[in-house]
Order: sequence, then structure tokens, then C-alpha cells
Amino acid sequence: MNHDDSADDGPSLVSNRIVEIIVALLFLLCSTIVIIDSVRLGFGWIEGEGPAPGYFPFYIAVFMAVASLATLLQAVAGTIKDGGASFVSVIGFGRVLSVLVPTLLYVMLIGGLKIGPIAIPGLGLYVASGIFIALFMIVFGKDHPLKALAVGAAVPFVLFLMFEKWFLVPLPKGPIEAMFGF
Amino acid sequence: MEELNSLFQGFAVVLTPYNLFLMCVGIVLGVIIGVLPGLGGANGVAILLPLTFSMSPTSAIIMLSCIYWGALFGGAITSILFNIPGEPWSVATTFDGHPMAQRGRADEALTAAFTSSFVGALFAVILITFLAPIVAKFALKFGPAEFFAVFFLTFASFIGMGKGSPWKTVAAMTLGFALASVGLDKVTGTLRLTFGHEELLTGFDFLIAVIGLFGIGEILSSMESGLKFQGAAAKIRLNAVLTTWKTLPKYWFTSIRSCIIGCWMGITPGGATPASFMSYALAKKFSKNGANFGKGEVEGVIAPETAAHAAGTAALLPMLTLGIPGSPTAAVLLGGLLIWGLQPGPLLFVEQKEFVWGLIASMYLGNFVGLIIVLTCVPLFAAILRIPFSIIAPVILVICAVGAYTVHNSMFDVWLMLIFGFAGYVFNKLGYPLAPLVLAIVLGDKAEESFRQAMLGSQGDLSVFFSNWLVGGIMGLGLLMLFWPVIAWVLEKATGRTKSAEA
Repeated sequence: MNHDDSADDGPSLVSNRIVEIIVALLFLLCSTIVIIDSVRLGFGWIEGEGPAPGYFPFYIAVFMAVASLATLLQAVAGTIKDGGASFVSVIGFGRVLSVLVPTLLYVMLIGGLKIGPIAIPGLGLYVASGIFIALFMIVFGKDHPLKALAVGAAVPFVLFLMFEKWFLVPLPKGPIEAMFGF
Repeated sequence: MEELNSLFQGFAVVLTPYNLFLMCVGIVLGVIIGVLPGLGGANGVAILLPLTFSMSPTSAIIMLSCIYWGALFGGAITSILFNIPGEPWSVATTFDGHPMAQRGRADEALTAAFTSSFVGALFAVILITFLAPIVAKFALKFGPAEFFAVFFLTFASFIGMGKGSPWKTVAAMTLGFALASVGLDKVTGTLRLTFGHEELLTGFDFLIAVIGLFGIGEILSSMESGLKFQGAAAKIRLNAVLTTWKTLPKYWFTSIRSCIIGCWMGITPGGATPASFMSYALAKKFSKNGANFGKGEVEGVIAPETAAHAAGTAALLPMLTLGIPGSPTAAVLLGGLLIWGLQPGPLLFVEQKEFVWGLIASMYLGNFVGLIIVLTCVPLFAAILRIPFSIIAPVILVICAVGAYTVHNSMFDVWLMLIFGFAGYVFNKLGYPLAPLVLAIVLGDKAEESFRQAMLGSQGDLSVFFSNWLVGGIMGLGLLMLFWPVIAWVLEKATGRTKSAEA
């Protein structure tokens, strides 16, 4: 799906090979976790019950380990396809982060967050969505604040009508909706 | 002609004003989903699934399947006008579609694309009409061992027919199976892989994975390339439609070949994307104008579009008859059926006749209505792409969050969606296939259950999978697919050697 656009985006941040290695290691970690739990559950035969609960996950995880080991070896040996090519450029990854980080904050804003003693109350989905859309437009789209506010208000309003009124699917709500009696 | 009888009863079910209205709504929504980057058939249907819970199953599936048809049509619009494939299966359409648009022949390209989509779908629906009841009747005789063999064949096909590294296909697939086994084990009631976390009791819902992997992942990829829309003018003149239609019969052979490729790839879970590429490659090889491919040849639009649509439609055949979807979108539709209390599989054709034939009838009508809508409304849909990305991106992210939340009314799922999203972005770039991952999450439980039942029946003897011709044949085909990368490599070496010997 991607066009060949890495050429004009400046220096590469990380090569495919490095990311291949990291992903293969993560797969190995994942298979280790599954194998450990399958061993706890038992992966043999239980008389009268058939294969034990850990049987299927165990062999799945073994296949996963073999496959990711093969990819890992290819990547380490440098024979993997497109290994030398750039995974992402510095500028490209900056653009990815510029969406990813605000989206993380947005999800945090919906439900609130509790880390130890610090608790941030959630604003509910509608208000958080409005703020997210408006700020995104102002910061990245360089849109006029009034236009951003209009879109930021209209989208949650339409969502509200659709979900709360027509389809009767409740979405998370915060203090502001409570003020209006919802 | 029992099938025709049932089909006409199906038409009677579908032809109510309410259902026709839902059909049009579905198509329009589908085209919009297909046009927008980041929303595709699979996650579009997944997000809209909760909205249909209050409808009757027949109406709901009509709307959802029409969203799917709409998305298949919509992918062509952006490919031709903007050189941006809205869907992975329309990548091959850009090769000749966009050059045609640049030369001012956008309307011809669009007409050809829509018409061949329609032809491909029609071919597949006719196939479903006559083949599905037979397959279902046949599958009624299946025991657990046979079902496991079919699952095995399904997943082995991904390895045998996938284009990328087979190791990565295995890794993605097993990750899906591992995710599917998290939570309560249905057979023994023990908790697996939850490590004491309550959120994991119910396991991972594949809808969350679909929305994250396909939706968020796509937005991240689009963002990275700093997407800009620069479109060709879109206006379909009526006489262009008619003149294009006059030229189309010339390409009947390409059409039929593409239909067959599409149906084959759709029924076996190759999917629409490889079908479109394969069909394009074959058309290029066999066409008299093969050298002109890539410069704006109508045939280069017809071939991939016909195959993609045929594959997309044919993917519903194994979903309905065996309960094994041939594509991620078919998997989402299957998830919908389960939520409405319908168990897809051979019994569906016996117990829920009205529903099945209603759905099949709606495929005929939906594609016909879709063709008319897309032919008349192209400028409208193209205008959507003139909305700046700074508005589209956050709105799609909001819609994805809403979709993920409504699956189980849980914020945990929204966080999961983000994780899947980032994983989807990385997997896409490294060539880890997403379709087998998603299908493994959907089918993992069932595959495991049939495996365990078969093993229990045979007292742990693996030879049960080769105990008769039927199960042995399916398993054998599966093994062939599984080891196809190795076989192909050996064959290549062998023929390569003879070639060098000749030289």
C-alpha cells in the first residue's frame, strides 16, 4: 500500500533488519510465556478427558518458537529480504508518533487513569473526542480554531444522537454529560 | 431446481421497503468506508456490528453484507482517481486505472471497474447459489476429524499460497491461535494464560484485533507517508458508460478467467488481494496488448477488479456452509451470526433456510443496487477525499475507539485496540500477514475443540486424521499446502538446473 516515499524523507531511523530481530525476539518471548503456562496446565493426555488444556497451546507455541527462530536467524545472518532497507525514516516516525501520542492521551482522557495515588477522572467519550478532533485539526491541520471547534462539536453530537438515542448503545460519559442529566 | 425455488423465497424476504432501504444505506456506508483510508471492509463491518444488534438477523446481515459490497466497489474509486488504493485488494487496479484517469479516461476506467466488479460478484453468487447447498449437505456428514482437517487445510493454504515468508505466516498464525486460547477453556473449564488478570477471563475478542490491526495500523501507515490527495476529475458521462459497455464484451475471456481465479482464491482462503494480483499478472501475460499494461489498458482494470470482487463474494461460501470464513471480513460477518444466535455451518441450511436464502438473494440485489449507486454517485464519493486528512484522521480514530468500546462496553478493549494498532503497523511493514492472524483468533477455539474431540474419539491416535478417504484427502491436501514452499523451492531448483543444462 505504501508508495516509495522513503527517499525524500531524510535519514533512516532504523533498518528493517533491526526491527525484524526485535519482532522475532518478541515472538519468542510470547511463545515462552505460552509454553510456561501450558506446562503448568499440563500438555499430555488426561485419562477420560482427552488432551489436557495445555496440549493445544503448547504445540502452537512450539511452532511459533520454531518459526520466529528461523526469522531471527535470517535477520541476524543478514539474508532476510529487504533487511538492509530502511524500516522508517526519522521524519516518517515523527509523523507516526504525532498521531500515536495524541491518540494515547485521547484514550486516557475518555476513561481517566489511575497510577498509584494519582487519579485523573475520565471526561467520557463525547467530550474527549471533541477535544481530540479540535486540537488535532488546530495543531496538525493548521485549521482555523473556529472551524476546528465546529467539527469537534458536531462529530460527538452526531455520535451522541446515533448511539444514545437511535441505537440505544450507551458510551462512557463524564461529568459534563451528567450536568445535562445523562 | 430446488435452489431456484428457495432463492425466489429469499427474494420475497428481501424485497421489503425496510430491507431495501437498509441495503442502500449499507452500500453507501460501504463505499464511504472503502474510499476512506483506515476504514476497510473488515473493520468497517466490525465497527458497525453493534449498531445492528437491535435489528432482525436477516435485516442485519443484509445491511452488513451490503457494507461489504460497498467497500469492494469503493476501493476502485480511490485507486483510479487518486492512485491511492482504499483497500489492499485494489492495489492492482491502480496500475492501469490511474494512468487511464490521468489521460482523461477516468469515467471509462470507473465504468469498467464497477461493471467488472459486478460481473465477478454475480459469477460468485451464482456459484454460491448452486454449490452452497451441495457443500452443506455433504458437510452434514462431517465428524470432528473432518472439521479439523478442513481447519488444517484453511490455515495450511495461507502458508502454501501466501506471497511472503512462510515463517512469518506461521508466526502470525500461531500468535492468533495463542491469543484465541487465552481465557476459559471450554472443554475443561480451566483458566488459561490469564495469569490472574480478570480482564483476560473472556479472552481476546477478534473484533478488537480487526479494528486495531486494520484500522489504527492503516492510519499510522498513511500518516507516515504524509498522505496528500491529488485527484483526477471525476465525472461519469452517460455516453461514456454506454461506449465502455460496448467494448467490454471483447474481454469476455479475461473476465471468465478472472472470475475463476477469484472464486478459487475466495473459497480457499487466499483472499481478494492475492486474487487481484494473480489475475492482473495472468491478464498481462496472455493479453495481446500485454506490453501496454501499466500505461492505461482497460483490460488491466477489468482483470483485478473482477477477481477481487469474485473472491470477496466467494469467501462467504465456506463461511455459510462450513462456518469457516475465507477472509477477515467474512470472519466478522461470522462473528455477527454468532452474536445473533445463528450457528454457521451445514445445519444453517436446514434450520435457518429463510435466513440463508434471504442473504443469498440480497447478494444479487445488493450488487445490482450497488452498481447503480456507484455509477451515479462517483463525484459525491470522490468529494469525500477532498476533506483534509487533518479532519479525516482524528474522526476515524474516534470511530475506531467507539467501535472497540461497544464490543464489550469496556475501556480495556480500547487500550488493546491501540496495542493491536501499533502491532498492525509494524507487521504490515515487515510483511507479517494479518489475515491468518485474525482468522486464527476467530477459529482457534473451534479448531482446538474439533481436534480434541477427534483425539478423544480415537483415544489419542493421530491416525484418525487419515482413517478414511475423505478426511485423509483433505489432510493430504493440507499437508501439500503446508509444505508447498519447500516443494516449490525444490521444483525451482530442478527446473532451473534443466534450463541451465539446455543453455
